[in-house]
Amino acid sequence: MPELTFREALRQALREEMLRDERVFLMGEDIGAYGGSYAVTRGLLEEFGEKRVKDTPIAEAAIVGLATGAAMGGLKPVAELMTINFSLLAADQIINHLAKIYYMFGGQFTAPAVIRTAAGWGQLGATHSQFLEVIYSHVPGLKVVMPSTPYDAKGLLKAAIRDPDPVLFIEHTLLYGIRGEVPDEEYLVPIGLADVKRPGRDVTIVAYARMVHVAMNAARELEAEGVDCEIVDLRTLRPLDIETVVESVKKTNHVVIVEEDWKSFGVGAEVAARIAEQAFDYLDAPVVRVGMLEVPMPYNRNLERHVVPDEADVLAAVRSVVGSRV
Amino acid sequence: MAEISRDTLLWIYERMRLIRCFEDKVAELFAQGLLPGFVHLYAGEEAIAVGVCAHLTDRDYITSTHRGHGHCIAKGVDINAMMAELFGKATGACKGKGGSMHIADVSKGMLGANGIVGGGGPLACGSGLTAKVTGSDSVTACFFGDGAAEQGTMHEAMNLAAIWKLPVIFVCENNLYAESTPWFYHCAARDIADRGVAYNMPGILVDGTDVFAVYEAAGEAIARARRGEGPTLIEARAFRYYGHFQGDPLTYRTPEEEEEYRRRDPLDQFRRRVLERNLLTADELDAIDARAREAVEAAVRFAQASPYPAPEECLTDVYVKYP
Repeated sequence: MPELTFREALRQALREEMLRDERVFLMGEDIGAYGGSYAVTRGLLEEFGEKRVKDTPIAEAAIVGLATGAAMGGLKPVAELMTINFSLLAADQIINHLAKIYYMFGGQFTAPAVIRTAAGWGQLGATHSQFLEVIYSHVPGLKVVMPSTPYDAKGLLKAAIRDPDPVLFIEHTLLYGIRGEVPDEEYLVPIGLADVKRPGRDVTIVAYARMVHVAMNAARELEAEGVDCEIVDLRTLRPLDIETVVESVKKTNHVVIVEEDWKSFGVGAEVAARIAEQAFDYLDAPVVRVGMLEVPMPYNRNLERHVVPDEADVLAAVRSVVGSRV
Repeated sequence: MAEISRDTLLWIYERMRLIRCFEDKVAELFAQGLLPGFVHLYAGEEAIAVGVCAHLTDRDYITSTHRGHGHCIAKGVDINAMMAELFGKATGACKGKGGSMHIADVSKGMLGANGIVGGGGPLACGSGLTAKVTGSDSVTACFFGDGAAEQGTMHEAMNLAAIWKLPVIFVCENNLYAESTPWFYHCAARDIADRGVAYNMPGILVDGTDVFAVYEAAGEAIARARRGEGPTLIEARAFRYYGHFQGDPLTYRTPEEEEEYRRRDPLDQFRRRVLERNLLTADELDAIDARAREAVEAAVRFAQASPYPAPEECLTDVYVKYP
């Protein structure tokens, strides 16, 4: 099977969907001639022309609002917000408009826009190093996707473009360069379905996006210690596939949740609460969460590394959980 | 005025009267405690919505504001469905899930009243782009208030519409007060229409109480948009007779100001002018008045007789496909 980078897989998804459906068009800041700030859309302007790859001014609210209006009118916009930090400038259009059009107007209009955006860190400072997926996952009416591999990225983006509902598609900037197997033949990855990235018996590690890779590395080390980890990649945050998580917990009876974001009121909090509601009797130890330190992201490299959760944090969490194995 | 057909004149008066009757009735129902929530009434501004929508068909779009009843009626939304929506009934335009601030009608190209001040500008660019991409000659009229004129979204939308030459007309309804704040305080420009210069689009100031002036300005702007020549900004100045919302104590404006605008009432002006020129007869106009009053009474009866949505209806229309 050919290997592609995460970035190439996304570009393939966009290209295939644009070839398949002429209603699909791209819009965003610097996505055309410049090829996108993270180079995902490189070459697409040349192939599809400026009617379908539209450079916009730096105007996030207008980008999302325009995508919403175009989706209501029957087009399939894929709008790019350069990073999720800037989505806050469009939060009204995302939360008050895009997410509510279908419900508030009694099902008369759908708004099947895809909003692609990047999240990550790397000595960029506090305003450029946030995730914020929780804000949007909180809102009924939106679907929120955060893939971890090139395979999932391509299949989920294609599914998002074909989805009849609005989808926020979050790409981790530190994953753009990773490589993974992506088949030549057409496939979709369904939205709302978690994936067991590594089967195991002893402990369930729930993760998503880059933290899946951190958890995989930790799992290899733990294997040497005789601890067999099962890794559940959420892939979609809303709708959350809690069934796959609960099924895993019923088998392993131990849970660690890893998120690259502040823990308070977060994805881990939500998953832990659902496990408490649906699998309490199967737990042999308290659920443990691993997340970012609760500070704005510092600029200095050492400080930044200290704030972001890493393999050592996952190892410590798993050991603390399985140490209490009965 | 002479070049407006008799049928159009009759339609204009009928729509303006229907808006006035609808809004007066809503005020009455609200005062009686029969309607919940916030209602923002359009009485006094009828000439703007009607003067613009007289040029539009069901294939054209409008975006609206929290003060959207007038836009809905001018665009042809059924007043039974509107009144039922205000009552929160299952037969409402949005099945009772939207309310006064969120009435939409896909069949009429009515993209929704909008509870967020300035929210409609970007949406209007979206429907404008749809028309441009699909090669249809649809135009979008984006109604917004003087308050919304100060929102960043309207700047983003007007700039984007201008650089992409979108078939959108921006209609600023300057009713002199952004809730309670006078526009000469909140607006740095001499006229809001002056801002057109900044977007390299025509900026036209019209008397929003004069439906003929609005009709003429909107006609030119819409024709320009249909020709692919891009957007126009129209500022139409008028006065809302009721408060920002029902219950507003109206402490911020003077009786003199209201009196001046009452003298320029858009419906009275229209009557006077068409009668002076013998374009329509008093009997015709009186008959329209009577029909409008009856239509609104019938809408109230329809709404009151309609069922409330079933409790389980709260869970529908969240997603098209779930999971």
